[in-house]
Order: sequence, then C-alpha cells, then structure tokens
Amino acid sequence: MSVFTSYRLRLRRKRFRLRALRRSRDLRPVADRTDRIASDDILLFATVRNEHVRLPYFLEYYRDLGVGHFLFVDNASDDGTRDYLAGVSDVSLWTARESYKRSRFGADWMNWLLRRYGHGHWTIAVDADEFLVYPFCDTRPLQALTDWLDASSIRSLGAMLVDMYPRGRIDQAPYRPGQNPLEITKWFDPGNYTISRNPEYGNLWIQGGPRARVFFADEPARAPALNKIPLVRWNRRFTYVSSTHSLLPRGLNRVYDEWGGEKMSGCLLHAKFLDHFIDKSREEVERRQHFGNSYEYRAYLDRIDAHPDLWCRWSERYEGWRQLERLGLMSTGNWA
Amino acid sequence: MTVGFLMLVHGSLERASEVAVYWARAGCPVMIHVDARVPDDDVERFSNRLRQHPNIQFSARRDCHWGTWSIVGATLDGARRLLQLHPEVRHVFLTCGTSLPLRPVVELQSLLDANPDTDFVESVTTRDVSWTKGGLDHERFTLSFPFAWKGQRRAFDLWVKLQRRMGRRRRIPEGIEPHLGSQWWCLTRETLERIMSDPAGQSYARYFRRVWIPDESYFQTVVRLYARRLESRSLTLAKFDFQGKPHVFYDDHLDLLRGSDCFVARKIWPRASALYDHFLNASAGTGRRPDPAAIDRRFAKALEKRTRGRGGLYMQSRFPYPDWENGKSAAPYSVFEGFAALFEDWSDWLARLGTIRVHGHLYAPERADFADGQTEFAGALSDIASLRDYNPVAFLTNLVWSTRGERQCFSFGPSDNQEITTFVASDPNAHVSVISGAWLVPLWQSGLPPEEARQRAAELQATEALHLDILRRSATKARVRTWTLSEFLDAPGEVLRTVQGDLAPRPAPGLVPAPRMVDLSGFPDFLQELRNRGMLPHIAGDLGVMPQSGAPKPAAPRIAR
Repeated sequence: MSVFTSYRLRLRRKRFRLRALRRSRDLRPVADRTDRIASDDILLFATVRNEHVRLPYFLEYYRDLGVGHFLFVDNASDDGTRDYLAGVSDVSLWTARESYKRSRFGADWMNWLLRRYGHGHWTIAVDADEFLVYPFCDTRPLQALTDWLDASSIRSLGAMLVDMYPRGRIDQAPYRPGQNPLEITKWFDPGNYTISRNPEYGNLWIQGGPRARVFFADEPARAPALNKIPLVRWNRRFTYVSSTHSLLPRGLNRVYDEWGGEKMSGCLLHAKFLDHFIDKSREEVERRQHFGNSYEYRAYLDRIDAHPDLWCRWSERYEGWRQLERLGLMSTGNWA
Repeated sequence: MTVGFLMLVHGSLERASEVAVYWARAGCPVMIHVDARVPDDDVERFSNRLRQHPNIQFSARRDCHWGTWSIVGATLDGARRLLQLHPEVRHVFLTCGTSLPLRPVVELQSLLDANPDTDFVESVTTRDVSWTKGGLDHERFTLSFPFAWKGQRRAFDLWVKLQRRMGRRRRIPEGIEPHLGSQWWCLTRETLERIMSDPAGQSYARYFRRVWIPDESYFQTVVRLYARRLESRSLTLAKFDFQGKPHVFYDDHLDLLRGSDCFVARKIWPRASALYDHFLNASAGTGRRPDPAAIDRRFAKALEKRTRGRGGLYMQSRFPYPDWENGKSAAPYSVFEGFAALFEDWSDWLARLGTIRVHGHLYAPERADFADGQTEFAGALSDIASLRDYNPVAFLTNLVWSTRGERQCFSFGPSDNQEITTFVASDPNAHVSVISGAWLVPLWQSGLPPEEARQRAAELQATEALHLDILRRSATKARVRTWTLSEFLDAPGEVLRTVQGDLAPRPAPGLVPAPRMVDLSGFPDFLQELRNRGMLPHIAGDLGVMPQSGAPKPAAPRIAR
C-alpha cells in the first residue's frame, strides 16, 4: 500500500469518526445502564426498528452465548420496541428520531456508541435478525473464543451472512415472540457464493445465496453483500465503513488467509424471511431509508408474488455449526 | 519419599489454588511462585485461601517475562526452597497454574517409585527439533537476547538484526551441547542439587541468561551433565500450534483427555468447569501408559487446516492468491468438447461408465444445462445464465466443491461462455478432451442459410482456435487431449477408448455398445459449400477425403468394457 493510499484512508477513517461524532447528537438516551458494564464484558451493539417481536429470542440467544451488555439504538419504532428494551436490565437504549439514511444506515450511530463504550471490549455488531455461530459454539461460550483470539493476537472475526428461509411460502408459518426463528427458517443455500477482493479496503466481497438466486438473478452485481465482520476487539480509533461489511484500519478486514490456509470464521444466520417480511419490505420501500432508495426491498416485492418459495431441491437443512464447517461456509482454522 | 510440585503461576489464581489443594491433599508438598506482576490484592486473597494447608508454601516473587531468564530464575528459587523445606521430596514436578492433573497422584507416585533415579525431561538437540518458531533455532544460542520479545519487540528485533549484520556469535561454553525441550519437567533431587551446587554451573547460568527462551533449554541442556538416568519425555501433555502458542483444552475435550492417560495436561481454559470437576474428583485412573495420539491427531489436523486448508475451497476465510490454492478445484472433472455433437446418446453412454454426473453445455448462452434438465444443482447453483456469468470460474469451483465424490462431466464448445478457459487450463484436476471442429456438425444440422452459416462458422472457428491456443500453452496444467474432427472420423473407436480409459481405468469385462454416431450423410456437401463461399474450416483438420454423400457412414465403433 502506497504512502498516499495509506494517508487517504487515514483521512477517511477520521472523517467517519467525525461523522459519528456529529450524528451522535441524534441520539437521546432512554435507559443508560452503561455503568453496569464490567471491564471484561462482551458487548453487543444493534440498531433496531420495529423489532419487538424478534427481540425476546434475540436477547436470550446472545445472553446464552455470553454477551454481558446490550447497547441498542431504536430508530423511531412504533411497535413497543422502545418500552420493551427500556425495561430490560442488561440493555442500554438510545433513541434516534432522525434519518436512518443520513446516519449512513445506522453506521454512524453504531460507530459512536462503539467508540464511546466499546473501547477495550470485545464487541458484536449485528442486526436483530442475525444470529452468530462460531466453531464449537455449542460447547464453548463466547469468552472461550475471545480468549483464544486474544492469545492469538487476532482483533477481528469474519462471519458471513447465511440467508435462512422456510420451505414453502414465506408468510406460511406465523412467528411467535420468543420462538427460535430458525425453527421456521431452517433452510439455506450451501454452495453458490461468489467472492472477489475489494482492493480499496482489503476485505472480501461475497454475494450469492437465495437472495441472489431468486431476487437478483438478472442483476447479480446488485445482490446484497454477505461478508460481515461482526466481532471486533474494539479500539476507539476503529470505525465501521459500510454497515458491518468492512472496517478501517484495513488490517481488521484481513479475516481471510491468502496462502492457502484457512483462518477461523463463523457465520451469521440471517433469519430475515419470516412471515412479517413482506409487510416490512412494503414499509421499507415507502420509507426509502435503505441503501439505493431501498432498491433491495423493491426487488423483493417485485419477485415475491411470482416466486414465493425460496426453497429448492438442493437447499440444505440447518443442523449446526459443524455442518456449516463441513460445507466450507465457515472454518475452525487452527482452533481444535 | 514423595514428589513435590513446583507451580509457576501468573493468572487464573482461582483454578491454580484448586489444583494446589488437590496435590496438597494427596500428601505432596507444593511450592508456588506467583509472578510479581500479578496485583497484590489478588495474591493476598490467593495465599489466604491456601494458608491453612501446611504443605503449601510460596517462594519469593519475581517479575517474569516470557522468553527471558526470569522464569528459570523463579524455577531455581522455588526448587531450592522446596528441597530445603521438604527433605522427603525425591522428585520435583514443575508445573503451572493452568495445568490440570488427569490421573491420581498415586499413579504418578508409583511411576516415580519404580524409577527413583530417573529424570523425566524432554531434551533434544537443536538439530533434531522441528518445533522452534520464528527462525531462531540455533541462533538462540549464538546471539544474545537482553530484551523481552513481548513488550520490547522493537528493541528485540533491532538487536537481533544488528548482531546478524555484525556477524556476532556467542561462544557456547565448553562441555555442553545445547538441547531443547518442553519447559515442564520432573527432575530428581540429586540432579537438581548437582545443577545448583556445581561450581561450573555458575558459568552455564551466566551464559543462559542471554539465551532466548532459556526455560526451554537451560535445564534441558545441563541435565545431560548430571542425570543418572534420563528419560527424554515430558510427563505433562502440552501441545503447541503453528505460532508456538499452547493449545487450550475445553470442556468438550473431556473424553480426549481421559483417553490420553497423561499425568498432567496444560493448558486448561480456566472456565472449563467440566474438566476441573471431573479430573479433580476422579477416583482412579487406568494405570495405562500415557498415549496422547488421539490428541496429537486432532491438533495436527487443525494445523493442517490452518496452514494448507481444504484444496479447491474458496470461502470467507480462505481466499488464496493464484497458485497458492493447494488445488485450484476440489476434485477431478472432465470437459468434453465436440463429443455431444457427434454422438446421439453421448450423455447416456458416458453416465454408464461409473459414478459420473453428466451435464450438457454448462456454459451455454441460454442457461446452464445441468444433468436431467434440473433448474438448480448441487450447492443450489442456479441454471440462470446471468448468475453463472457473473462469476463463471466460481460457478465451476462451487460445482466441483459441492459434488466431491462424484465425477462431474460437462460439454463445452465455442458457442459457450469462454471465460473459464484460462482457469481450466491452469487446473490439474481438469481433464479436457477436444474434437476440434465438431461444432460444424450441429451448424450443418441447424439448416442456417449458407451465408449465415459461413459467418457463424468463421466466428466459432476463431473462438475455438483461441481456446485451443490457451490449452496448448506450456503453462497448462490440465490434462488435455485434442483430436481434429478428421482425426476422430478416421478412428472414432480409438478416441472413445481413450476417453473411457480416462474415466474408468479398470473397465469391467464384456462389451458395451458404443454410442451411436450421428448420420453424417450430406455433411461433406455442407463443408464444400463453406469452402465455396471462401471459408476454410481448417480447425476440423483435413476433411478432403471425407466420404461423399450417399457413401456408407463410418462403422460404429465397438468398445471393450
């Protein structure tokens, strides 16, 4: 990397940090329990909007893995999300009435909270429909993983999104609060992903899965990015660049090996396609608050009537992390 | 006579105290050295908890930095004090705060009773070890290392560089030959006392003060001078990864550890409660000889995965540079160019040769022609051309990865997306069989008007020529066989036999009917028409001697199976 590029990226990182500082004025604390954060707690950061129905299971899932404290930004929910979260004892909550789009789809808010509270902690940045699995997650808590990462001097862990879907129509099975969404969205695409390097930030750009297959078959270049780096030993100098796909400084994006070996990685099971998905898409198209004026959600609505079933003969039914590792979607690396 | 434990502790005091108590309860004296860098409050609580046990003592605390003499210093202090306070100690067992006994102390005791004069310490000459990391194997003994690798890394690296440049070499003291080995030994009182009291020992100690990681070399070297009987193995199971970092054991390793029959294991994750609960309460061991082979295998596999990975797999944490893939694709596959155009039942015939999946033209412009007309295939690959053409190489590597264990075959030709050519040529797993110019046959069958056919033929010929050029480069790793159409027509049976030998090297006895060739009557007229219009189909070879229309077609070849 040339000195010039390095300097340019440094300036960009600083600009993102400044943006985060400016957008931090959007945030109003609703329940600030950050004084309860212990110095070795693993922290989870998320921006939510109308996710009340999903949150009980989400909190339970990550609490069981070993998350010590949750920090949420509520972006103008009107379904009770805010009151629900404000009443949970290991949650700190801020609210932002301002534009999701203008905060770079929540990234500025996340960057601010991470900088303010994440410094020195292991941090997880995910959405309410993303469930982290990592090698041995059925027998080893998150602390075992982060201890190992610390001992190996690894600062970030990659976990690609794996879109999960039901067999049959998406709106066929109703989702109940507290239910494991993976009971409904059991299926995933095992091996149709494409990867390229992003020379700018050094991260991999992964696309594919059912969304590319069904919704973006005509324009695969516009299919959503699936590469994610949700687990980071945070430092206040760090910043997420776009969503949680890439970070600065660039070294944090090197979650892959280039000499033939496999680094350790996990997956984010993406339980997006639940029964309320269609209503949600309609709402997002109207709000036009997502990337590319919610182009993604328009694509969903355009195709969902014609092709309501994402399942195909070669879909794989989810059994656990060992299956994902066997299929080559994630790797244990040298953790044994 | 008994065994005394010397524990070096620098963290997870809670667990360390549980283990110390376990040993003390078994009647063994325990000497604990706590790193001076551990906060005093924690040490206070730790020692208060242990004070009630009369045979647990503490040695003077020192600052311990990894890779420096300080650890050896602390070990010597502790051993000296342990031997002084406990005359009944015959063996000293060096261990640490994250070690866990896997077998009752009596079993260890009986091993030591049977070998009262034996020192158990791994001690290997530098020439014979493969596990030193960082390129500093013999140089640990010939350079000096006054700086800590952790904490003073810059100074450390700079000083090493400087010494190398100046060609500095320390003299290894007369009378010793450097040996390396696990830090965790079990030595006899006699050996330790001789190490500590020998006047010459002072000069060795002075020398080792500036050696890198002396805790893995000081005792391992000098023990050779004093031991009466030496068994070069460690009684502590400790595994290291490719960076020289110790592997950690978790609850899910319980069965593995139990089956290893080792006396002590490190390093244990402090929160692995199931391990601590089980082994600190285990009543009896098996009495078998330690055999950590299963653990070795598990960690060797992890090392292999981290350094070489799974060949042909491209994923989020494995994306190798070109030529670093350890296998461009995951398994052998076959590409047939022109065959499907010349045989009516090519796919059926091929499929009968073995566990083979026969696709049509996977890279056809309209769609990926998967076997049996499926719209999706293994891995949930879609037949939609735009998806495939977004990354044609990934389409192929995905297909081959997802179908490991079942040979994939597909047809290919100049009408198809050519973007995979370079990749296929570079892939040793690719078996490419080409009958060049065979595409003329479907072109003739299509009944295009002559002028259009001529144009199309010229395009396809140029495309195939370029394709063949790439396949014929000297850098090509694929197994490539090419015949021109005319060569094929001269001896179709031979071509089929070659193909068959490739896919099913040991054919079952008996004859299988050869595939039916398409009827070529009228084809020579078509070729003549092309020539008349100024197009020379040279890629098909010299077809001048082809039978004219009306002549009998070539005899159907028969193939021995």
